[in-house]
Amino acid sequence: MLTLKNLDMSYVPGKPVLVDINLEVAPRGITAIIGPSGTGKSTLIRCINRLVEPTSGAINFEDADLAKLSGRALRHARRHIGMVFQEFNLVERLTVMENLLCGRLGYVSPLRAWRRKFAPEDIAQAFDLLDTVGLTEFANRRADALSGGQRQRVGIARAVMQKPKLLLADEPTSSLDPRTSVEIMELLAGLARERTIPVIINMHDVELARRFADRIVGMSAGRIVFDGPPSSLTEEALTGIYGGEHWMH
Amino acid sequence: MATPATRDNPFPGSPWSRVAVVALVVYVIYACARIEISWERVLVGLDNAGRFFARLFPPDFDRAELLWKGLKESLEIAVLASTLGIVLALPIGLLAARNLMPPWVTWPARLVIVLARSFHPVIVAILFVKAVGFGALAGILALTVASIGFIGKLITEAIEEISAKQVEAVRATGAPFASVLAFGVVPQVFSRFIGFATYQLDSNLRNSTMVGIVGAGGIGGTLFAAFQRFDYDFVCAILIAIIAVIMTGEIVATWVRAVFIDNATLRDLFRRGSLRDVRHTEEG
Repeated sequence: MLTLKNLDMSYVPGKPVLVDINLEVAPRGITAIIGPSGTGKSTLIRCINRLVEPTSGAINFEDADLAKLSGRALRHARRHIGMVFQEFNLVERLTVMENLLCGRLGYVSPLRAWRRKFAPEDIAQAFDLLDTVGLTEFANRRADALSGGQRQRVGIARAVMQKPKLLLADEPTSSLDPRTSVEIMELLAGLARERTIPVIINMHDVELARRFADRIVGMSAGRIVFDGPPSSLTEEALTGIYGGEHWMH
Repeated sequence: MATPATRDNPFPGSPWSRVAVVALVVYVIYACARIEISWERVLVGLDNAGRFFARLFPPDFDRAELLWKGLKESLEIAVLASTLGIVLALPIGLLAARNLMPPWVTWPARLVIVLARSFHPVIVAILFVKAVGFGALAGILALTVASIGFIGKLITEAIEEISAKQVEAVRATGAPFASVLAFGVVPQVFSRFIGFATYQLDSNLRNSTMVGIVGAGGIGGTLFAAFQRFDYDFVCAILIAIIAVIMTGEIVATWVRAVFIDNATLRDLFRRGSLRDVRHTEEG
């Protein structure tokens, strides 16, 4: 499905952010990446759809090495990878419906996009998804009129509009309160299961990761230091990821 | 408790700012002395001004046809120059935005904008009068150049200030660049663009009454001729007409902004004090 091979990345030469990342992701299930702040989780996720450029290594996805693509081929690969962001990254001044239809922009010609001429089935799918995420009556509201939880629902719906073969989520609950966080995770996990979309998700919250992930990858200082099911995430493993012990008790 | 004496002063004074203030004061005094501003000259000037203002009234609207012809031409210059200027400024402003374009594109585009901004419209109008001859065409071209400079610069700045996160999200869907512009960039700059465009129309309306002084068409030529013939009552009529046009333009600009930025409906425009209400509900 997705295989990262010897992936290295550094923003400044000599200061690596990711060191020799090897990771294979199954075509279903939720993989949570945990680790201290600044350890490269976000960079890793952004390398996969090339929002940041890896320095070296291969990203094999659907019979192609994403690291080698550019131009149209890269855009076509991105169409199959949905992304959910920590700060939602909705286009604030567009309506909820327009934000959802952003997910189809890879399939619509720019001329039609400027004139908002989307295919009827895209619009129907957008309304269905709005029903699913419980925002039907918000279709024509501007995104900046929504609360944080509502915005993230739109963010998830936008990603699912792409009919993605892989879903990336970069700290999707870090800007939300605990209750909304759980609701958002339930929505994300539910949609992923129902449509068999594998999810790679960065998380701050270890408990939330244990609760929703099928597999947990621990990172520290740009390296993968733990990889296993939630049940194997022991206190020793957490010490290996985050260092120290005093914070656990 | 830490003793305050051991800490650095968080607001250290800069000796250079004091030097700069003293230098400015000294220069202002020096410049006043050089230009020989004296009390007598101000008094004589006030006296002359009084006589001039007395001759302005009553305004003479007898030559309404001449007045109307000039105004119409000024209006045409303003509208055509604004439209042409804005249409040309949009792509140039986009090309000059450093967050969307590589340096080898932004530098030439920036150069065009800087050149268009270098000279006052009247100077550009003189150049175009020399090039294409007397008349409205010279005025239109001169104000088009001014509009490219102004709108181009502001559009560039507006695009450079947009949120990169919103653009990143649209890019991540695999959208082609033109669609990223439509959904990620334009929504973020549109309301500011309407603001610039209406301001530019307003400013072109004022400038179009002036380029006529150098022979580039419009009411300015009529005004200048009336001045030279000491027809001060006709001058007054022209000035009143210009004020009326500028005020009308101001009102229309406010309406356009209300409709595009605050989503006001046409009915809102005709209800007293309603524009403010519209804006408030939008924020709430």
